[in-house]
Amino acid sequence: MPNLGIEVLFKGSNMARLLGGLWVSLRISLIAVGFSIGLGIPLGIVMTSKSPVIKVITRLYLEVVRIMPQMVLLFLVFFGTTRAFGWNLNAEVASVIVFSFWGCAEMADLVRGAFISIPKHQYESAKALGMNSFLVFSVIILPQTLRRLLPLSINLVTRMIKTTSLVMMIGVVEVLKVGQQIIEANRTSSPNAAFGVYGTVLLLYFIGCWPISMLSKYLEKKWNKS
Amino acid sequence: MNWEVIGSYLPLFWKAMLLTLRIGWIGIIFAILIGILCAIVRFYKIPVASQIAGVYIELFRNTPLLVQLFFLYFALPRIGIPIRADFCGALGLALLGGAYMAETFRSGLESVAKIQTESALSLGMNKSQVVTHIIFPQAFSVSVPSFVANIIFLLKETSVFSAISLMDLMFTAKDLIGLYYKTTECLTLLVVFYALILIPVSVLGDRLERRVRHAEFGN
Repeated sequence: MPNLGIEVLFKGSNMARLLGGLWVSLRISLIAVGFSIGLGIPLGIVMTSKSPVIKVITRLYLEVVRIMPQMVLLFLVFFGTTRAFGWNLNAEVASVIVFSFWGCAEMADLVRGAFISIPKHQYESAKALGMNSFLVFSVIILPQTLRRLLPLSINLVTRMIKTTSLVMMIGVVEVLKVGQQIIEANRTSSPNAAFGVYGTVLLLYFIGCWPISMLSKYLEKKWNKS
Repeated sequence: MNWEVIGSYLPLFWKAMLLTLRIGWIGIIFAILIGILCAIVRFYKIPVASQIAGVYIELFRNTPLLVQLFFLYFALPRIGIPIRADFCGALGLALLGGAYMAETFRSGLESVAKIQTESALSLGMNKSQVVTHIIFPQAFSVSVPSFVANIIFLLKETSVFSAISLMDLMFTAKDLIGLYYKTTECLTLLVVFYALILIPVSVLGDRLERRVRHAEFGN
């Protein structure tokens, strides 16, 4: 059995540093999730409008986000805009901007899809029962939309957490970067640290994302029955 | 924007794109194979294999590709399994994609109503005929939209290959920015080349989706 280099994690404050790095990734994704939900829901409602101008603009926005890898967007904002406009952008702020930009589009698309999936007869039946449009929306449409929306948006949250691992490439010191530093610092005393540290990072991401995706799956199953 | 610079960088980006495409193509083919295998194993609940596939799917769906690649490329050699960078990239993509494809195909298989199997059997088809003529075609047409989404997702994920020192588009752009400081030109080329890869895939995917929608039963 080769040395797996796990002992490095218990040396000094290494584990605490690794968890600190994880917090940096989580903080970025949580802020971005907040922005995505806050801006994505109104945008999604706007996207259900039939105006051709709004349709073309939102479609363009969605396609850009769908086509471009998040890493390219990170580079564009972090290296491109700073060069073009001459401002000074913190790498963490740049990542929050990119992930909000991306998440907002995804969220808006989910909201639009959820609203469109409600059959027209739901509106008409409610109207026929004498409900006013506020009642129709709040009692009939919104609950059904939320049921379709919630599992999918929880899924989006795990995707955003996973994608934040990319921020290391523009120099944010997050969990993977901290892991790299720990490995470099212990290069001579435990040459096999890479296995233990990267294995732990993999596990940390799994522990973070798995319960959330299970919740999403559970909700989807539960609400699909009724 | 300096067009001469762009002209001189074009061959470098072209080479990088070919590398991305080569590894992406191999990774996606294997991802589809792994996905089909795992989906069948999960769907027919083959003992032991089904549990293994389940653990594999959950593990790879819930961790980022970048971390998986780091683990494969830097950690495995430490316990005596050295691995080449381009092989590692294709392997990582295949494993990640396999997990996503497995879920896609499985939900396709599950969406085929039981009555379809029973009707086919009562018409005198044998089991393998039912699978090849009845279940698979319908399952495929249901899973096409998410299949296309997975392919686009995987092609986008190839952008992290630069982390394991593969000379892909990302690596080339970063390298050239670092060397000559032509940020605007490099980033423009980066966007153009990724669009060159992904727009055709997206358009073809749309057409495929529209085509198979005719095959859906009962609409």
